[in-house]
Amino acid sequence: MATQEVQLNETLAHLKTESETLKSKLEEERAKLHDVELHQVAEKVEGLGQFVMKTRRTLKGHGNKVLCMDWCKDKRRIVSSSQDGKVIVWDAFTTNKEHAVTMPCTWVMACAYAPSGCAVACGGLDNKCSVYPLSLDKNENLAAKKKSVAMHTNYLSACSFTNSDMQILTSSGDGTCALWDVESGQLLQSFHGHAADVLCLDLAPSETGNTFGQCIQSFETHESDINSVRYYPSGDAFASGSDDATCRLYDLRADREVAIYSKESIIFGVSSVDFSLSGRLLFGGYNDYTINVWDVLKGTRVSILFGHENRVSTLRVSPDGTAFSTGSWDHTLRV
Amino acid sequence: MSGSSNLAAMKKVVQQLRFEASLSRVKVSQAAADLQQFCMQHATQDPLLTGVSSSTNPFRPQKVCSFL
Repeated sequence: MATQEVQLNETLAHLKTESETLKSKLEEERAKLHDVELHQVAEKVEGLGQFVMKTRRTLKGHGNKVLCMDWCKDKRRIVSSSQDGKVIVWDAFTTNKEHAVTMPCTWVMACAYAPSGCAVACGGLDNKCSVYPLSLDKNENLAAKKKSVAMHTNYLSACSFTNSDMQILTSSGDGTCALWDVESGQLLQSFHGHAADVLCLDLAPSETGNTFGQCIQSFETHESDINSVRYYPSGDAFASGSDDATCRLYDLRADREVAIYSKESIIFGVSSVDFSLSGRLLFGGYNDYTINVWDVLKGTRVSILFGHENRVSTLRVSPDGTAFSTGSWDHTLRV
Repeated sequence: MSGSSNLAAMKKVVQQLRFEASLSRVKVSQAAADLQQFCMQHATQDPLLTGVSSSTNPFRPQKVCSFL
């Protein structure tokens, strides 16, 4: 009916103008708070000295690109997943492989260690997240005990256990994130709001509750795909790494970007970022095979690390902060 | 009817924006000062900042044991 349509169009136009005004109001509010830059505030802070970080261990064994890795809370075990479909658990001190599981799909893009250290979760092109309990018996076939927990309609890009072994958070190429109960495989909550593939996720350090809210804040300053996000240790901020070759720091309470870490000479995208324990250092793994270490407060680069022979795909600082591990397309992991 | 689903989508967008606009925000200077304070407070506990001596470093180069 013509009148109904006209009415609809009017309301639509009305809503559109309201959304435009709200958006510009948000911009205004955010700009008002931008009274100073982070590095200006940090001018009085002592600069960091020269850093000497060397590769202490090289973990070889994957047959193809390493796509993702995670540390166990015991600070010595690492789980890594690769394009060849294998998920391997290593002892980083001795470089021994403790467990190996072959997934039915290739491109295992996500893996995570359970807080108890007794299980690992992984997933990728199979659109699912599966949890494998780790047993000490070397002869047991781990694949037989696998539990399929999450089902998405597109590839699984990242997964992470919450504070307990019983819940997993997953993000997928289908644009959603979801919270699942491990025992029953039930979907507890799902999060919508992204317009395209969700590539990565991270939980705030203080997240202990079982209920998650709706989308609270959104930030849009990167110029390209955001490949990695990581919460700042205090939970009040987070960093992101993107294909536009920059890492950016966003403060949740100021609701805006507070720092950009970039250099003209860096033109390759960042695949993965992580903070050191105190939050002073930000490590970024880049597609130009290097790792850049940034001083979070001053915005300057502290160090550049070489060693991998192909792009760095994943990077994590160990739970006690004594080391960080990187996985790369050159089939190896380095600690 | 595509008209009404567009309407519903727009309503959601506007709702979300209203919610975001109502959030209370902190000035960058305050937020930055807090970030800095956190860093300084935890700097001594950060092994990657302070360095770890060889004897306590769990990742020190492995020594090869040889049978005498």
